[in-house]
Formats: sequence, C-alpha cells, structure tokens
Amino acid sequence: MNAPQAPFVGQSVTRREDARFLTGRGQYTDDIDLPGQTYGEFLRSPHAHARIKKLDTAAAAKAPGVLGIFTGEHFKQVGGLPCGWLINSLDGTPMKEPKHPVLADGKVRYVGDRVALVVAETRDQAEAAVLLIDVDYEELPAVVDAAKAAKAGASVHDEAPNNTCYQWGIGDKDGTDAALKSAAHVTTLSFRNNRLIPNAIEPRAANASYDVNADNYTLYVANQNPHVERLLMCAFVLGIPEHKMRVVAPDVGGGFGSKIYLYGEETALVFASKQIKRPIKWASSRSEAFLSDAHGRDHITTAKLGLDKDGKFVALRVDTTANLGAYLSTFASAIPTILYATLLAGQYKTPKIYCEVTAMFTNTTPVDAYRGAGRPEATYLLERIVETAAGELRLDPAEIRRRNFITEFPYASPVGLTYDTGDYNATLNKAIEVGDVAGYAKRKAATEAKGQKRGIGYSAYIEACGIAPSSVAGALGARAGLFEAGEVRVHPTGKVTVFTGSHSHGQGHETTFAQVVADRLGIGMDDVVIEHGDTGKVLFGMGTYGSRSIAVGGTAIVKALDKIIAKGKKIAAHLMEAADTDVVFEGGAFKVAGTDKAVPFAQVALTAYVPHNFPHDKLEPGLNENAFYDPSNFTYPAGTYICEVEVDTATGAVKIDRMTACDDFGNVINPMIVEGQVHGGLAQGLGQALLEHGVYDENTGQLLSGSYMDYAMPRADDFPTFNVETVKGTPCTHNPLGVKGCGEAGAIGSPPALINAICNALGVKDVPMPASPYNVWKAAQSLAR
Amino acid sequence: MGIPLTLTVNGASVTREVEPSTLLGRFLRETLRLTGTHIGCDTTQCGACTVHVNGRAVKSCSMLAVQAAGAEITTIEGLAAKDGTLHPMQAAFRDCHGLQCGFCTPGMVMSAVDLVKNHNCSTEEQIRAGLDGNLCRCTGYHNIVKAVAQGAAAMK
Repeated sequence: MNAPQAPFVGQSVTRREDARFLTGRGQYTDDIDLPGQTYGEFLRSPHAHARIKKLDTAAAAKAPGVLGIFTGEHFKQVGGLPCGWLINSLDGTPMKEPKHPVLADGKVRYVGDRVALVVAETRDQAEAAVLLIDVDYEELPAVVDAAKAAKAGASVHDEAPNNTCYQWGIGDKDGTDAALKSAAHVTTLSFRNNRLIPNAIEPRAANASYDVNADNYTLYVANQNPHVERLLMCAFVLGIPEHKMRVVAPDVGGGFGSKIYLYGEETALVFASKQIKRPIKWASSRSEAFLSDAHGRDHITTAKLGLDKDGKFVALRVDTTANLGAYLSTFASAIPTILYATLLAGQYKTPKIYCEVTAMFTNTTPVDAYRGAGRPEATYLLERIVETAAGELRLDPAEIRRRNFITEFPYASPVGLTYDTGDYNATLNKAIEVGDVAGYAKRKAATEAKGQKRGIGYSAYIEACGIAPSSVAGALGARAGLFEAGEVRVHPTGKVTVFTGSHSHGQGHETTFAQVVADRLGIGMDDVVIEHGDTGKVLFGMGTYGSRSIAVGGTAIVKALDKIIAKGKKIAAHLMEAADTDVVFEGGAFKVAGTDKAVPFAQVALTAYVPHNFPHDKLEPGLNENAFYDPSNFTYPAGTYICEVEVDTATGAVKIDRMTACDDFGNVINPMIVEGQVHGGLAQGLGQALLEHGVYDENTGQLLSGSYMDYAMPRADDFPTFNVETVKGTPCTHNPLGVKGCGEAGAIGSPPALINAICNALGVKDVPMPASPYNVWKAAQSLAR
Repeated sequence: MGIPLTLTVNGASVTREVEPSTLLGRFLRETLRLTGTHIGCDTTQCGACTVHVNGRAVKSCSMLAVQAAGAEITTIEGLAAKDGTLHPMQAAFRDCHGLQCGFCTPGMVMSAVDLVKNHNCSTEEQIRAGLDGNLCRCTGYHNIVKAVAQGAAAMK
C-alpha cells in the first residue's frame, strides 16, 4: 500500500487499527488477564416473574475454590441502576422509576434477571458453585406483550399501576384530529416493530479490581462510554469517589447500543472486588447475552395519514405502545419518545402531527437503544404508511414523496426539531438512477417468467444525529449534557497525541480522527495518535452512540486544534518578530502574511517546551489544549433507499435482489469507512425486516429465541452486493467539519424499503416483520383466498 | 486430573497438561494465551474461534483440546510470514475494509483461507455460501466478500 498523501480528509485511507485486529493482537476485555485474577459467574432467574422465598448460599460457599457469594442483600444500601432521561406523562406526573437493583432484591422480573454473583479461583469452579445455590421461587403471573400489559394479571412493579411507566405526547392533538377528519383520504396502518437482540459478536465482559494500597478501583469493561459508566456507577449506585475509579474500555467488539448502558454485572463485580481484594473477571456467554444485553425496538403502533386530493399530506396521527422490559435501562425512556416521535415529520412538510406513546413494563429483558434507537421505528412507520397511501391513491411512490418533500431550510417541524439543511430530491433522484429503476419492468418480467413475483420498495429516511445539544436535551428531560470533550497534546518534537471522549468499537476513529488532525496541522498522519476509551487518560467524554462521534467528538477536537493554532500563532509571531495578527497558519507552517518569513509547526512546538526565546509576559509555556463542544442542534443525515425482492409465493421465501442506498451525510472524511458503516447498518435493518425476532413464550415468559440456533442472525448468503452511493451532499451548517454522522442510516432506512418491496410484489397491504417465509406465505395465501 | 497433550501450534511444539473437558479454543486462549482466537457463542454458530487443524478450518469451540494431540494448529497469530508480512488474505481484508470491530475477523480470515485453499472458492456466490458459518455484525459482509475474492486472486 502506498502511504496516503495530504490532504487526507476525503480519502479512503486504510485503517491503522487493522494491523492488530488482523494478526490477533487486539486487546478485548476478555483478552486481559490481571495478576491474582479470580472469576465471577452469575446465577440468573429461570422464571419471568417470581418472589424469592429462600436464597441459601451455604452449600455453594463451601464448594472448592469459592471466594465469595454476593446477593441482593449486599446491595440493599446502595442505589439502583439509574435511567438518564426523565419523561413526564401528559398529566404532568413524572414517569414511574422503580428501583433497578444491582442484584435481585426479593423478586425476579425477567428470565435472566441477576440473582447472585459467585466469585471463585477458576471459571469452572464459579460455574459449578452457581449450581449449588438453593433458591425457592414463588412463581407469579408474568406478562411479556406490551399490548396486554395494562390489563394483565401480572404487576411487574408495585409502583407502576397497570404496568404503565408513562403516557406521553407531542404535537397538536386537536389540530391533527381535525385535519384528519376533513382529509380527502386517510390511510391507516397498524403493525408491530419487532423486538431485536443486538448481538455484537464480542459478548459483554468485565474485569474489576481494587488496589488496597491506593484505595482505588480499575474496571476494564466492554463499553461504549467509559466516563458515563464511571459517573453513573460512582455517583448514583456505589457511592465510590469518582477520582478513585478508572474505567477502561479497550478494544470493543461492536456495540450497536448494547454496550452504552451501566449494567448490574460490572457494578456487582466492582463492589465484590473490594471484598475479595483480587481482580474478578467475567465474560458473558452468548446464552447470557441473549437474556441480559438490553434489547431493541418492540413497539406496537397505529398510524393515520391524512392526504388532500393532490396527495399532499395534511396530518399524521400516531399511537404507540412501547415495551420497556422489566426495568428502565440507562436511555430506555428516551427511545420511544425523544428519539422517535420527534422524527415523525421525516422528509415531509406534514403540517399537523400528533403522537402519543404509552410505555409499559413487562417481564422481559430491558429494552433500550439499538442501532438507530427510535429513528428506525419512526422511519418504518412513516415510509410504510406513505408507500401504502401511494398505493391506495395510485400514485408513483417517488412522486408522492416529491409532492411532500421539505425543500426550504431551515425547517421547523411540528414535532420539535429544526432541520438545518438537506436536499431530498437529490438523494431520491440518485437512488432511482443507481438502482436502475428504469430497468425494473424488464427485471419484473424476467422474474415472472420464472413463476415468481418481483416487487420494488422505497424509503426516504431522515435521522437526527450528533446527539445531542444539551439545552435541547435538557428541555426534553435528559439528566445529562451530551457534549463531547477533546484534548490535543503537542509534544516538543511536534508529534501529537489526541485524546477523545468518543469511543471506537469498530468505527475506525483512530484513522478518521487522525485524518482530520493531520490536515488541520499540516503534518503527517504518522505524527498523530488518537487515544480513547480510558478515564485515566482522557479528560472526559460522553462516548459513542447516536452517530455522534465525528459531529460532536470530531468538532471538540477541531475546537482544541483551533486553540493550539491560536497559541502557536502568538509563539510564531514572537519568533518572527511580527504582530500576532499578521501571522497565518497554512501548510504546516506559521507565516507572516505577505512575506517569506515562516516557522514550521514543529519549531513552534519545540519553542513552547524549550522556551528560552518565548513571550513569557503573554503566554504560558507548553502546547496542550482542551475543548468541550456542545452542539447547537442535531445533524440531519437523510437519503433514499430502494429495495427489489423476488418472492416465491409457494414457499414464502424472499430473495433481496437489489438494495440501493443513497445518503447525504454532509462532508465525508473517509468514504471507505462511511460506506462500510452503511453496509453494516443495511445488514442490521434488512436483518430486522427479514430475519430477526426476539420472541417470548406468552405463558411462561421464556425467551424462545435465545441462541443462534433460534435467533436468525443475518449471514453472508442472505444479501446481495449493496449499491451504496454517498451523494455530494449538503454540509451540516453548524459544525466546522460540515459532517452529519453515518453510523445508523442503513439500519434506519432499510426495513421499510424491504417490506414495501414485499408488499408491492404480493399486492398486499402489510406483511409483518420479520418477513419470514411463514409470514410471507400467509400473506400470499390471504390474497389467494 | 490433567492429561498430557503435545501438539504443534504455529510451527512450535507445545506440551501441556489439560483437563479432559477443556475445549481447544479455551486451551489456545487461556493456556497458551493466544487470544486472537475469539469466543463469540456457545452453540458453534459464530465461527469467531475458527483455526486450522492440520490445514483445515475447524471451530475450536467444537473440539476438545485432547483431540488435537499430535495435530498441527495454525491460529491467526501464525498466519502472517515470520517477518511480519501479512498473508494475502489478511492484506485483502485490510485493503477492502473487510473488518470493523475486528472481533469476528480472526475466524473470518481463517475460514476464508480454508475456503480458497481447500474448497477453491472464488465467485461471489461460492464465497457467500462458504462464509455461512461465520457471523459478522459490523460489515454486512459486503466488504468481507470483496476481500475474500481479492485474497483468493492473490493466493493463486
């Protein structure tokens, strides 16, 4: 490979992290062994809902190698796992927040709920001792379906009557209902957005230790936001002084949301490590991961779209019931509200929108953000109902969208967001071109000649990324600011270490962030190192989720670089005996404008650290700057996806024949990495629509899709080669890089495109997700009758 | 009680005592500290633990360590040349962006080498079918398929 040449931004630079991953030298949490290490294993509830009548650990405590057993009794005096977002109900009352205990406190509320932690010398000994714990459960009625939760015999939490956490609304209810009443046409759609299980291929893992001499803790954990993990664990649960705790999220094998949250497992390990006075390692098995990693989606929705006689949208009314699972996970309350209903305008100037959300507790694994987090649910609803309306009005699906596109920016939507920029016709037109819609009729004829059906489906999504402007988030109930921090440390030789609060678990920040830094300083990429994922190194950080890293984390770095350059100019001015204001920085050198006087960046760096000739009256030595960046708005990536399927109506088998994605991400730092993000998102979105389904038994509350034998993970032969095109887009107007974020788009845009295509092929109104052969066959049969 | 086990790993002879119930994957990771072989599931589905046993791809979670007595094992750590030059398949994964988080990557690369060497896979259809036993959650397989095709061409 030839070394890339500046400017690096905009180039598909291959990734510097790959060398270690390709040779087996990555360091994931379970790869880290500490001296004197012990092993933790959890006893989990076999019941969906039960009272613990007796918990006898005596026999287990005597088992070989056992060093300690911890139960809910140990955590009675500490806090519960907190939820970061407060949602108020329509009647003004705050959401119900029952305690989410570290280990079960007298009751278990889902299959997999943590009952006890056993610590032993070896993993085998810990596993064996877990089986010796004697628990008497009194089984209680359980409910798993949010639709039935309000009237169920089960009461998940005494504090939450009717199992309701909150009933929330946004928009103009009366105006929306009136507009629907007088609409020329109303399209109605009811559906379920299926429960998903994230399945990062690295299962969660942690290794907690307590240093007796220093009286401090170190936690290695597979996590997307180590500072948030530390803050929540210290301040809200265990009461450990924050400065006595270091959290390291080393190489992390995928997250997709599931590793954002503070979980009880690592919390219990940290607590126990002080008692045991030795490091404790725990690595989740895949079976545990299915039960205990926060799940995603699980909405039930009815929507009505009103249109005038020209096919223009006049109103959208949405009623959603969201399944939160048994406890409130860290972000849970925000997903079906702030990150969902605010996106219901999509790319369209629908004047009246109202959405009401009822959030339910059930005896299932907690539900939280999973790639897209609310925005896939909003997009699925909108793009399914728009396409359904097009069918009912016999309008071309592209045409109905064009008639309703927002074309003037900034645009204030009726559900609380202001889009700064966009060009929706551009991505639609590009998708039609790249997807060769012109050739569709010919392909359809060829498919029909084989005795099968072909369908085409569109989806024009928008998402709000760069989560989140703290002022907006605060107004909406977040109990945290969602800024990002960055630090640029220039070494005396002009080499640079950048510390970012963003966390990379596959996104390639070590490469893309270095591209930005190298260009801004006019130095080589090899002169820049990106450090992340360690509260002992990085000053602060909110972490990586919501496609926020380049837009918020990248901007924090740029702000710190601006300070470096500003200080450098003053040092250079001193060296060149020029006025500060006459110095410019370009091409890696400080120059006096209009002259041939120049000093290179490295010389300024050396001067800052060897300051014999230095403006001490004006400046401190050294060249190291921090910045915190709080965005003024979300960013709004958008695009159009077009899917074509072949359906065998005899078997219900669906083949995705073409999948086209055209996105506007604003400016792009590394096209190769951006396209890779879209590919991965597409696979997760298409996986949701075609294959994946988290299923609980209605009667027993057991998770039926609890392994890779039962949960249909997308595999290589489920997909065609994707057509992915990033258009020369509309740069974000409120961050200096003009970037919007790309991590979730594929998962947001693709599900409705696929289901629209299947419905189009069969000529039916709806096919439930996942469009399994059985579901598709049933839909085809309904038509045949 | 441990059982004495001698085998060759990445070209070097290794003798250790192992429990009869120890899986090959655990033996490589925990006894030999070759942590490039990853454990991603407990039902032999994900393929992250794939290594070569006598030149064939094997999911090391589905084989006892003692079953590998006398065998020649290659793990991801032993794939590149002694001087550090990447195997053509490793280089193809890098050049095609065939990896993101890197966790499935060792198993994916070991499977890919086997598909090309022992099963003569080179077309997109063959590669997609051949990778059925390896799960990736990051890449959507798109660039992995490209990488395997490019790696296959480079291995010829």
